[in-house]
Amino acid sequence: MKFGIQVNEGPYNHQSSDSAYRFTKAALEKGHEIYRVFFYHDGVYNGSRLGVPPQDDRNITELWEALAEEYNLDLVVCVAAAQRRGVLDESEANRNGKDANNIAAKFRISGLGQLIEAGIQSDRLIVFGD
Amino acid sequence: MSEVIKKFMYVNRKAPYGTIYALESLEVVLIGAAFDQDVSLAFIDDGVFQLTTGQDTKDAGMKNFSPTYSALGDYDVTKIYVEKESLEERGLTLDDLQDLKYEDEDEDWAEKDSIRLVSREELAQVMDEQEILLSF
Amino acid sequence: MAMLHTVNKSPFEKDSLGSCIDHALEGSSILLFEDGVYGALKGTTISGKVSQAMGDVSVFVLGSDLRARGFSEESIIEGIKVTDYSGFVDLASSHDNVQSWL
Repeated sequence: MKFGIQVNEGPYNHQSSDSAYRFTKAALEKGHEIYRVFFYHDGVYNGSRLGVPPQDDRNITELWEALAEEYNLDLVVCVAAAQRRGVLDESEANRNGKDANNIAAKFRISGLGQLIEAGIQSDRLIVFGD
Repeated sequence: MSEVIKKFMYVNRKAPYGTIYALESLEVVLIGAAFDQDVSLAFIDDGVFQLTTGQDTKDAGMKNFSPTYSALGDYDVTKIYVEKESLEERGLTLDDLQDLKYEDEDEDWAEKDSIRLVSREELAQVMDEQEILLSF
Repeated sequence: MAMLHTVNKSPFEKDSLGSCIDHALEGSSILLFEDGVYGALKGTTISGKVSQAMGDVSVFVLGSDLRARGFSEESIIEGIKVTDYSGFVDLASSHDNVQSWL
């Protein structure tokens, strides 16, 4: 089975990203394919490399990155939602005259078409949100 | 853009302005139009509030995005399901909502209503037939 | 088609579970997870509606989220099946489509 995953909320504020992560991990461990994980609305905040959560709690961005590394996952942050909220890669920062960028290494910024494509190419699309 | 055509439903259950979900879900619909899928929108629960007429956001200091719904017809979004019970629970009728239209190219561009007023039971059947359901 | 419905909000916070039940066709399944697990509890104002729905629909609850909130299998309505993320994946695979009631 090929799954597409949509994450609508940022790390910590809602359990959505945790749930999406756990589902994704379980699916991969069972031998399923994850076509793409698409981060929309506040979900884009999962893609910031600047988070410094308390040491005694999980680091959600790092968990996603480690999973991406292990399974070659496509973690996509929506460009429109990201611009709105200030999550930028180097190219977006330059293009918009911002003096810094903050995207985490294993995430990439791309358009909403990537979400639609995930729906078309996956067998099931699961939305985690509020 | 794709040889695969799937039944996509965008499910809207939230009111506009109090949260961004209504606006950002509309942005997905507009971008998604380029992929030529079999698209439906469903407005249930507080989602029906997204379609009300007379939204005046000037003093709220927010962008009034409600005119965008009337452009959906130009994006080939012609199936807009509005749930009757959700309207009634909120003291609304179709008259309180925008009159959304599309031009049917198969009937000499005749103007038709995009909104389909359906019962909860009817909408449950339509939802069941969808392949991809996006919730916001 | 048999749909998997997921509900992640408490029925006492918002009516997503009620709305889900009202739209779930016979033969479909409902998975309660995150704050949605509170919808599985016995003796609440929504327990009756959930029990009644179970005549037509299979109801599952995510054990890890139930335990995180201090509840166990003893606290939930009889007939609701406790599952885990592996079970969640299986449910998504074995049903034809998935709808998230947020």
